[in-house]
Amino acid sequence: MTPDSATERLYNGIVKENPVFIQLLGICPTLAVTTSAINGIGMGLSSTVVLTLSNIIISLLRKVIPDRVRMPAFIVVVASFVTLVDFLMHGFMNSLYQQLGIYIPLIVVNCIILGRAESYASKHGIVSSMFDGLGMGLGFTLSLLFIGGVREILGSGAFLGFQILPLAADGKIGYTPISIFVLAPGAFFILALLVVIMNVVRANAEKKGKPLPPAQNSCLADNGAIQESNDPKVKQAVENIKAKSAAREGGK
Amino acid sequence: MVNLILIFIAASVVNNVLLSQFLGLCSFLGVSRKIDTSIGMGGAVIFVITIASLVASLLSKFVLIPLGFDYLNTIVFILVIAALVQIVEMFLKRYIPSLYKALGVFLPLITTNCAVLGVALKNVSNGYSIIQSVVCGFGTGVGYMIAIVILAGIREKTEYNDIPGPFKGSAMTLITSALMSIAFMGFAGVI
Repeated sequence: MTPDSATERLYNGIVKENPVFIQLLGICPTLAVTTSAINGIGMGLSSTVVLTLSNIIISLLRKVIPDRVRMPAFIVVVASFVTLVDFLMHGFMNSLYQQLGIYIPLIVVNCIILGRAESYASKHGIVSSMFDGLGMGLGFTLSLLFIGGVREILGSGAFLGFQILPLAADGKIGYTPISIFVLAPGAFFILALLVVIMNVVRANAEKKGKPLPPAQNSCLADNGAIQESNDPKVKQAVENIKAKSAAREGGK
Repeated sequence: MVNLILIFIAASVVNNVLLSQFLGLCSFLGVSRKIDTSIGMGGAVIFVITIASLVASLLSKFVLIPLGFDYLNTIVFILVIAALVQIVEMFLKRYIPSLYKALGVFLPLITTNCAVLGVALKNVSNGYSIIQSVVCGFGTGVGYMIAIVILAGIREKTEYNDIPGPFKGSAMTLITSALMSIAFMGFAGVI
């Protein structure tokens, strides 16, 4: 596959640099809306639309936007498309809109979208940026569908709203739903499990000499974002805190 | 008054911003290694969310709704919040250096925190008055602080525990948060 071709970009987004499984980005919506597979698909597809359209516009404007104000400019572009999607969903898919609620406008702060704008669309042409957005969005959708599906099956014995495991009721033998998985704690458990699985996969890939692309989410990747930060102010504060706690330990 | 207390309790513990709404998780997992840092982060979040909810509700009440621009909520709020954090940082640096020293480093981390935008949007969609929005914002900030300080306390205690390889680090933090989230579900009956 030639770099930056349509198929390469789609493969890159869905498999090679999958935003949730490989890069661990967009964790807030991933946890919040995956109570069922259908919600996951809804959230994933609306993010895909925003991601593709904003990638196209940002790629078109990449020579016009001055470097110093690029972040606010990207945010305005993304926020406009999010408002558009918000209204379309409110008008045409009201029940899904009510389910997803505040997480639709919060697509604005989804770091996948700004991340792709900054790292890809602002440097590449329109067609490859469009397919990059589409690939990343589909990768996000499939991950949400997978996580939502697992939570829905464990938590209510159903998939996409169809009862696939017969429930134990009226003395019949059947599946007893573990309802914690559709509630908030289940989301944390599933994400923890996902991180564990990815840790094992990563270790195996490194042993074989084919390491996976690094996780972008510094909080989940090295588990110490503030310690690793390059911002001099943050570094200074970390030094201060270390000195303070050392002094306190010494005083004991 | 009773109404305001109810809003405060609902925002701080019942619908805890981190453990039941999943907003602002990045800083929750990243800055919860030490109790000292997490208290600083919590203080900064309380400060910024309270001011942001005040400004956002003032804007929406006196500018956006009278002009019929309330469909621009998302765009206006995200830009205002980003600018606000910068202004607050500069203001504190110039006039209240002691507070800046305590909170300053955490302020840039909050610009991208979805909890701030989430609260501003929730206030508008719930139709809160200005006082109610400020109380809701403050309560959300307090809820954030409670959760992050508890998590930091647990992580300080369990830092040197013997944990199986792949579970080390963030996976264990997430499992801890899951258990905390189960505990916070107990508050659901309060209101």
